[in-house]
Amino acid sequence: MPQYALVIDLNTCVGCHACATNCKEWNTQAAFGPLSDFDPYGKEPTGVWYNRIFTYETGEFPDVQVFHLPKSCLHCQDAPCVPVCPTGASYKREQDGIVLVNYDDCIGCKLCAWSCPYGCREYDEADKVMKKCTLCIDRIYDETLPPEQRKPACVLTCPAKARFFGDIEDPNSEVYKAIKERNGFVLFPDMGTNPANHYLPRTETKVNLEEFEKHLLRPDNPLFLEVVKRHHVSHKAEEVS
Amino acid sequence: MEIGGSFYEKKYYSTCYMCACRCGIEVYVRNNKVTYIKGNEDHPLNKGVLCAKGSSGIMKEYSPARLRKPLLRTGPRGSGQFKEIEWDEAIDIAVKWIKEALEKGPHRVAFFTGRDQMQAINGWFAGQMGTINWAAHGGFCSVNVAAAGLLSTGYSFWEFGDPDFEHTKYFMMIGVAEDHSSNPFKLGIQEMKRRGGKFVVVNPVRWAYGAIADEWIPIKPGTDGAFIMGLMHVLFKYNLVDWRFLREQTNAPWLVIQAPGTPKDGLFYRNEEGKPMVFDKRSKSFKPADRIVPDDLDPAFIGEFETPEGYKVRPAFDIFAERLIKDYSPEKVEKITGIPASTIERVAKEIGVTALYDPLELPIEWTDVWGRKHKTMKGRPVSFHIMRGIASHSNGFQTARAVFLLKMMLGCADAPGGHLAKPPYPKHIDTLPKPKKIKSLDELEYGKFYGPHLGFPQNPDDLLVDKEGRPLRIDRAYSWEFPIAAHGCIQNVIPSAYKKDPYEIDVLIIYMANMAWNSSQNIPYILEALTATDASGNYVIPKIITIDAFYSEQVAYSDLVLPDATYLEQYFALSLLDRPPSVASGPVDALRIPVVDPKKEGYDVRGWGDVMVEIGTKLKLPGFVNEDGSPKYKDFKDFLINWEIKPGVGALAGWRGKNGDKHFVGEPNPKQIEMYIKNKGFFYYRLPEHMRYYRHINKDYLEWAKSVGFVTKTEPIIMNFYLESLQTFRLAGQGLWEGENQPPNDPVLRERLVKYFDPLPFWYPPFEEEVSGDEYPFYAFTQRPQWMYHSWDSQNAWLRQISSRNYLYMNPKTAEKLGIKHLDWVWVESRVGKVKCQVFLTETTEPNSVWTWNAIGKMAGAWGLKPEAEEAHEGFLLNHVVPHSIKINGKEVYYGDPITGHLAWFDTKVKVYKAEDQEPKTYPEFKVEPLPYIKERWTEVLRYKP
Repeated sequence: MPQYALVIDLNTCVGCHACATNCKEWNTQAAFGPLSDFDPYGKEPTGVWYNRIFTYETGEFPDVQVFHLPKSCLHCQDAPCVPVCPTGASYKREQDGIVLVNYDDCIGCKLCAWSCPYGCREYDEADKVMKKCTLCIDRIYDETLPPEQRKPACVLTCPAKARFFGDIEDPNSEVYKAIKERNGFVLFPDMGTNPANHYLPRTETKVNLEEFEKHLLRPDNPLFLEVVKRHHVSHKAEEVS
Repeated sequence: MEIGGSFYEKKYYSTCYMCACRCGIEVYVRNNKVTYIKGNEDHPLNKGVLCAKGSSGIMKEYSPARLRKPLLRTGPRGSGQFKEIEWDEAIDIAVKWIKEALEKGPHRVAFFTGRDQMQAINGWFAGQMGTINWAAHGGFCSVNVAAAGLLSTGYSFWEFGDPDFEHTKYFMMIGVAEDHSSNPFKLGIQEMKRRGGKFVVVNPVRWAYGAIADEWIPIKPGTDGAFIMGLMHVLFKYNLVDWRFLREQTNAPWLVIQAPGTPKDGLFYRNEEGKPMVFDKRSKSFKPADRIVPDDLDPAFIGEFETPEGYKVRPAFDIFAERLIKDYSPEKVEKITGIPASTIERVAKEIGVTALYDPLELPIEWTDVWGRKHKTMKGRPVSFHIMRGIASHSNGFQTARAVFLLKMMLGCADAPGGHLAKPPYPKHIDTLPKPKKIKSLDELEYGKFYGPHLGFPQNPDDLLVDKEGRPLRIDRAYSWEFPIAAHGCIQNVIPSAYKKDPYEIDVLIIYMANMAWNSSQNIPYILEALTATDASGNYVIPKIITIDAFYSEQVAYSDLVLPDATYLEQYFALSLLDRPPSVASGPVDALRIPVVDPKKEGYDVRGWGDVMVEIGTKLKLPGFVNEDGSPKYKDFKDFLINWEIKPGVGALAGWRGKNGDKHFVGEPNPKQIEMYIKNKGFFYYRLPEHMRYYRHINKDYLEWAKSVGFVTKTEPIIMNFYLESLQTFRLAGQGLWEGENQPPNDPVLRERLVKYFDPLPFWYPPFEEEVSGDEYPFYAFTQRPQWMYHSWDSQNAWLRQISSRNYLYMNPKTAEKLGIKHLDWVWVESRVGKVKCQVFLTETTEPNSVWTWNAIGKMAGAWGLKPEAEEAHEGFLLNHVVPHSIKINGKEVYYGDPITGHLAWFDTKVKVYKAEDQEPKTYPEFKVEPLPYIKERWTEVLRYKP
């Protein structure tokens, strides 16, 4: 069965929040909007966001790493938010695996939010219903859009091209290949949720100097030595005052 | 659920203005409301993507901070008491004030334009008025980088050049530079990383882009120059130098006269024709440098020679080599920068072997200016990026110079994989503009064109000083204090006008700059300057006119406010006459168009362009009226189409000529705007492949560039390894300059000239070291988060949910020594003041640094935020502790780079200690009364779905 999902490349994500705000502007005006904001110009502005960016650091100076982790509904293959819903408002579509909320049936009990280990549910206090990422279902099936634009807003806008969209069950898809080739992983694999969204890990590129050190890299540039000699200067480490 | 096509009625192509990058956007509108903004896929700059700021443009459009009508101050400055007036009255007042001042003397009007994307036009407008006092914001932004680059290589970073992300294999970003530029860099870095390139970040902080760096090199602030010099030491030692590049394309082998105490000292040795000379090792004789390629000379790089006239001469490289060896061994550099010597050595080797031994070679035939045909284009796939982190120190110019020399040593300037110029750059360095020379303010006349205002003095005689050597500009640019202030010194305007030194002014006009707050330093002092009165109770700075779309702090301290339209409501040209919005593969310019009608939203606002045309016409400035006194331009749209800075050259370069069939040069085309709209809002001339690299010596490129007016000649652009023009200022400091302008007999100024105007780069400690020393042990600096960088919108309803306050970031070990814990409230104190703020501990910050996000802290009541908003209480502004001046041997000078005047924000040194009172509140706090209608706009719930 098809399972649409996002694959997010942590090797290029710079944590710029473009995906989050573009998601917000698309979705607030679109089929599942608005995405309410509360006290937007006051002391503690809050709002409904389908997509949020978290930044973490690990290690101790100077061996420290920073990770930006964009997080939205992971469209779990075994989504815990679906069975807990007392009204059936929270459901997973068979044709594409997208988890959606039917606002008409949602009673705002928040059981789904409680069951989601990822904190990816967004309760809209104004509408008293639960909202969440729809994978831009109102873009991906919109035949009035040019085919290349039938993708989630976050994917189209990402300046770091860190977001891929597609069917992770289709071996020919870009996302399937990316997960396989780059060791894609999921969040909390032990929770039994089987998230559809995947992340691609950081890698570190190094320059291999070994071959150069053998043949090429010798600190004996005659011009350098000539200057040393002419000015009687020392350039040796041990003579630094 | 409805799917399909309902999200807009109209779709427009325009240009973003949420930051300074000028990305192409598609704007979708329904019921005169913007429903969606996305990146324009065909635009060469952003290729369809759009950052967090661009995607939040809707909330700028509907911000409660928006001004709705012209304002005339009724209470004291800063009280927020205004009355709304009609546009006719507002323009009449502005015209009256400006006219009266111009009649007394054009310099009495100072026009400074901060976030200016139409500098060519605004500068021209100032010139029409006849005032000498105009500049944009470069003085506090990155003029050090721009000036060092243009003077060294004929182009620079940011608008002037980009890494060749398509081919580069090693990209090093040095200092705070993020989002300069935004989308193009994110696109580029990911592209390079996917190809297996290495991304190195040299920065006191690992954050944002640093997260995906393959290597982070933490560095002590203000020491980058030493690091770069250390890299060059190692490159030279291991012979990782592109000697051919240095020989043919730079002046590194040119001979420099060694005659201390004489007027020739440090200048190039020239023959009778005035041509600089080299020593040819093959013929063992002196030859003109321009014969190096034609005669296949082998010029010496090392050695000391004696000329027939008896001068001792040394190749420029030889002088530099001695300096590298004596002062910049990795071990010495480690002591300055905190970077281990082994790291310096390894990184230098990495960039050296990548530049010189990577097999990158593009199969593109091209011809150089000397007529040599080449079968391929050899790559040098190492690239760099520097911006404000380097620029904002008092050693910024020389540090930036070091980076440009590093590029030359690696040969990666405009080579495939290296750092590429963006047309219309590179330019011939000797043809860069100079500020229009006058010797006395009496030469200025109301309505007599003055300009260009800005440029690059090549020697002391180009300075703008009077007989006594005093500054002629209010901002002291091009004075002996800041001789090569290539972008002016906006940061000095308010202090200078306050002290009436060099003179008093009558009208200060500020366009889109927040000089009363986050774009000035030592804010308590600036607010004192803006509100000070003389004995008769009049303000010392008599009239302040501000043009802005929002209720900023600057607006609150103004007398007359002309409310601007937003970027979605006005025509605007992103012109090649300005710093170009181009890409490396070709020149780009673009159009911004009105997509929503502010009147329908209840805003009686007008784009500054339209207002400028009306003011110019009413002042009867020659550029705005015909001989019979009738207006030349109907409005700004008409102006954009028909205005020409010289025959055939106007604001927009595409589709010129009566029928729109000429590009770059051609008479105005009445249908030009329509043609831009048809082409999705921009004009892009993609250079053919053989003209995309080595453009400083590329025959076909230079011939083409001359044909379209980008350059004036087709000679090679020889890069300034040695910047001889600096030596002329040094000679002046020594009393050896034989020209007309002589520095005042002031030992401090003279010593600055002698010490810092070194034609070869060197590192010196930031000035603050000497005055603040160990008493204030930490460097304090700011950057802006990617979601607010360059934005005018930290009050934006969506963006402020990402950060509505800032913290002081510091290393946990540093904090531990000071007894400071995570989230403690502390005092940050510099020699000029102190600010209370909350600490956030992070291992991502090197131990000598504390830093925060700039421009999040606000004055309570400003920017359409409720008075209790976190921005004004939990958030804070570091600017309060940034010195605006420094005393050197008892003489007070404005705090800046001694060469360009660049405001040295990041020199600031502080001590940090735990506040006794842990009340969660910043200090000092300032407040202003919100406009009444802004209060009415505050909503508890915002549900945006038009």
